[in-house]
Amino acid sequence: MSDYVLETRDLVKHFPLSQGIVFKKQVGAVRAVDGINLQLRRGETLGIVGESGCGKSTLARMLVGLETPTSGDLFVQGKNMAKMGGAERRRGRRNIQLVMQDPYTSLNPRMTVGDIVGEPFEVHTDVLPRDKRRARVQELLALVGLNPDHINRYPHQFSGGQRQRIGIARALALNPEIILCDEPVSALDVSIQAQVINLLEKLQDELGLSYIFIAHDLSVVRHIADRVAVMYLGKVVEIGTEDEIYENPTHPYTQALLSAVPVPDPRLRGLRDQIVLTGDVPSPANPPSGCRFRTRCWKAQDICAEKEPVLEPQAKSPHPSACHFAEVRDVVHAAE
Amino acid sequence: MSTDVNVKMDAIPGLDPNAMPLQVKDLHVEFRTRNGIAHAVNGVSFDLQPGETRAILGESGCGKSVTAQAIMGILDTPPGFVTGGEILYRGVDLLKLPEAQRRKVRANKIAMIFQDALSALNPVFTVGFQLGELFRKHRGMSRKDAKARSIELLDLVKIPAARQRVNEYPHQFSGGMRQRVMIAMALALDPEVLIADEPTTALDVTVQAQIMALLAELQRERNMSLVLITHDMGVVADVADRISVMYAGRVIEEAPVNDIYASPAHPYTKGLLESIPRLDLKGQELSAIKGLPPVLTNIPRGCAFNPRCRYAQDVCRHDPPVPLYQVSSARTAACHFWKEVKGDE
Repeated sequence: MSDYVLETRDLVKHFPLSQGIVFKKQVGAVRAVDGINLQLRRGETLGIVGESGCGKSTLARMLVGLETPTSGDLFVQGKNMAKMGGAERRRGRRNIQLVMQDPYTSLNPRMTVGDIVGEPFEVHTDVLPRDKRRARVQELLALVGLNPDHINRYPHQFSGGQRQRIGIARALALNPEIILCDEPVSALDVSIQAQVINLLEKLQDELGLSYIFIAHDLSVVRHIADRVAVMYLGKVVEIGTEDEIYENPTHPYTQALLSAVPVPDPRLRGLRDQIVLTGDVPSPANPPSGCRFRTRCWKAQDICAEKEPVLEPQAKSPHPSACHFAEVRDVVHAAE
Repeated sequence: MSTDVNVKMDAIPGLDPNAMPLQVKDLHVEFRTRNGIAHAVNGVSFDLQPGETRAILGESGCGKSVTAQAIMGILDTPPGFVTGGEILYRGVDLLKLPEAQRRKVRANKIAMIFQDALSALNPVFTVGFQLGELFRKHRGMSRKDAKARSIELLDLVKIPAARQRVNEYPHQFSGGMRQRVMIAMALALDPEVLIADEPTTALDVTVQAQIMALLAELQRERNMSLVLITHDMGVVADVADRISVMYAGRVIEEAPVNDIYASPAHPYTKGLLESIPRLDLKGQELSAIKGLPPVLTNIPRGCAFNPRCRYAQDVCRHDPPVPLYQVSSARTAACHFWKEVKGDE
């Protein structure tokens, strides 16, 4: 068996753009995810960061099987998901579960908490006999810090943070090895956010889970992730350990992204290296040639338009960075 | 930008040009709902000097947006009612002005930027028409002149190709560009006070940086006062001069920006600071504030924060910390035990 619990090879998702009503013809494609290679080790947390439209949610949907890849392979525990038959794939999916972003819309308002958390057992009927399910649901509620006696309540009787706990309990129901968290705390208030982050960390310690943690909040990702991948326009532009990415970022986009995050310390005002990017993210239907970041990059040269940089260690970047001119620049700490 | 047609502000009696541009005194707002009376704002006071940036920091439901709506006079009535207090613009209480005069203050003197630019803009009119409307209604300009001014404004907020984009509709703009249109709209009539309600919450960080830089630049150029309403402690640390932290409709701490981050004097402020992960530090323990914010129809007796507070004693459950304790000459806190909170840094 491979060392990785999850691995993607050249994963691609293009959404076709068509024109015409009766005679539809494809006129192009939104290249939402365009060749992603990621590995997730057992017990590790891999953070994926990027701005809206960079393809991180499409990637998440492919990983849990909600979206079929256009091309490329997805291996869960060494097995290629695309090559599996129906029954085997259903079984395989149990190992990777999703915690969704919005705790207000991801829970059915007409179902009780017990039904919501117990629904995975209705789908995967062979996991647990019917008479043991209610007890297991109560156990799960207790595990995520909810009162097991609230099993018959409805989602509207809970606050945002508690609802996110219900979502987490549902994801844990089938004893998965991998939990994919898509912006799990971005809809929550700061004082509640910390409670949920602490819960996720506690569960990882107790159950030996591996996390893929997708978020746009770079401070939260730094706190929880062991390794971090930075995405831009459907591609990973830099990947490394949390230390490498935050202390020694080498890709200009990572540097711009990090420098834009305000640090809650007024003494650092004006002392940090600030890079303000101009313009907007180009359309993924028509990405720039060569390096996709070149239209907004201050380092761009002719070569950037001609040759697409490869995600690998560069002369001045010990960790993989997809830039011809990758070089360390500290943008997180105050100068001097 | 100079004002073309002089708005007759002198028509408002008692206007004192030397008074503060904005002063809120003991403001109370309640919402009369089917489930009882929700006490959204319970005695908020703050003032604003010319050119100053005041941050109002708090989580959802703390009353920060309702305070802004009350200042602008755009509260939904019913169910919302201002039940007490004063909102002074240059010494004149806006709450006592007839609507016709209040309208002259709105957008002219005190303007507002909303969080969600897409729903704040009208989808069936061009951006130019909506911007021009301000000049047509408030300044009596012709359509042609108003459009020319709209283009100037789009240039001011650094929207490229303003001459073409003025004829486009809001959905044709990206999120950041839309927020620039909102800023242009707020600045159109050259206000003295700008209220920004979560101006960058819906935006990506790189766009947030662009918008905050633009706001800071425009504020400096015009010596405008800014009320920044937000929950983001990072943004506040970057731009604010003074901070009012709100909880359950009250200002629970008020201080210059450096003091609050260095030594918070209220357990809630302290808890907030300890519960956010920081970009430039690794592996620090996050100590979450336990429990949930109170329901506004049923705010706890005594100090509203007492059920979640690790410093709470019996006195906190009975006596609200009113009036505020003076922590130093420039700062106040609503906590009986502010010395302990501030001391054990």
